[in-house]
Amino acid sequence: MILVVDLCYRDGSLSRDEFVGPVERLLRKNGAPFTVRHYTAVGAPEVEAADAAFLSGTALKDTGFAGHPERFRWLLSFERPVLGISSGMRALAAAFGAGTEPCCEIGMTDVEVLAPDPLFAGEEGFPAYELHEYAVRVPDTFVSLAASDRCVQAIRHRSLPLYGLLFHPEARNEWIIERFLGLVETARHRP
Amino acid sequence: MKLGVLFSGGKDSTFACWKAMQQEEVVCLITVISRNPESYMFHTPNIRLAALQAEAAGLPLVEVETAGEKEEELLDLKQALLAARERFGIEGVVTGAVLSVYQAARVQRVCRELDLWCFNPLWSPDQEAYMEELIDAGFRVIIVGVFSSPFDASWLGREIDRRTLDELREIARKYRITLTGEGGEFETFVVDAPIFSRRIAIEEASRDYRNYNGVLRIERAGLVAK
Repeated sequence: MILVVDLCYRDGSLSRDEFVGPVERLLRKNGAPFTVRHYTAVGAPEVEAADAAFLSGTALKDTGFAGHPERFRWLLSFERPVLGISSGMRALAAAFGAGTEPCCEIGMTDVEVLAPDPLFAGEEGFPAYELHEYAVRVPDTFVSLAASDRCVQAIRHRSLPLYGLLFHPEARNEWIIERFLGLVETARHRP
Repeated sequence: MKLGVLFSGGKDSTFACWKAMQQEEVVCLITVISRNPESYMFHTPNIRLAALQAEAAGLPLVEVETAGEKEEELLDLKQALLAARERFGIEGVVTGAVLSVYQAARVQRVCRELDLWCFNPLWSPDQEAYMEELIDAGFRVIIVGVFSSPFDASWLGREIDRRTLDELREIARKYRITLTGEGGEFETFVVDAPIFSRRIAIEEASRDYRNYNGVLRIERAGLVAK
């Protein structure tokens, strides 16, 4: 079961269809069972039962999640695949001690792949849809995988399958989510 | 949160308005009327009937006209949003953007400049589920513009009911177009919706069609009891 965490300003908000809906659609399309929880309602049973997690994006003005770092501490010991999208990347990086810096990108931007990783294998770069006010400072325990000409666009934990993407793969790069689901499948069958 | 809905009178913006009303307080509709038929942002047939639809929905309409010059129409959009904020105190904007990054990004930028929230409840949806929900929820939508093969003149004025949806499904599969018409293959007009207290009755319309390009111009319409 994949845990999809909704980071929007309240449970069942008007932003849900925009930021959680497209992820749900792709999980359905790929036959991946999932459950959705608002970030304020993620408890030990959901975390225990999940073999991977998505952290959703939010509206540009929506930073409520950033005021509740305690809600994301479970990520420190989760150790299973995580894909944080935009605000989700920010929450993931913050859980590992990283701050943010202003970097606003809206619309399509060219992303260059910087380091080899199964998520981007065979790709040197691609255009991606951006919607963010801040970029994250890369935590010491993470590596940068991709960047635009303005800021880091993708990070991965040095030893765990924890990914953060600043752009929105669900809008124009569905193949990245499909590859991540491949990693989830591989991790699931690892002894 | 007080919201204004960017409204064209087509299915996407009307559906987005209905979604927004379920979660937040919609205080006005906002329409940008482009005089440029090539405008990527705002052009749509029958946009002047938005006022009648707003009346049906019982919502005030903020209307702004634009010459439709490529980037300048964003200034007109900004003026419209400023007027909506001044008159109705909007804190955010709702759009019916489905797949168009071009439109969505431009509205997002203007909202950011004005410190407004931006909501796109139809963004990147399951198109099949969206069209089903549209019909199930009681939206009555007619096709008022066709802009690609294989849509002939008989499509103008057709209601998107289950039978039409089946045909659209078949066309979408065969001609590799979007089921929702998001690629500009067809344009729609909403004659009834769950947010309307009265429905629109089209009294007179004219067809202008040539070579897979055509519009149904609604010349006269009124509101009638549902």
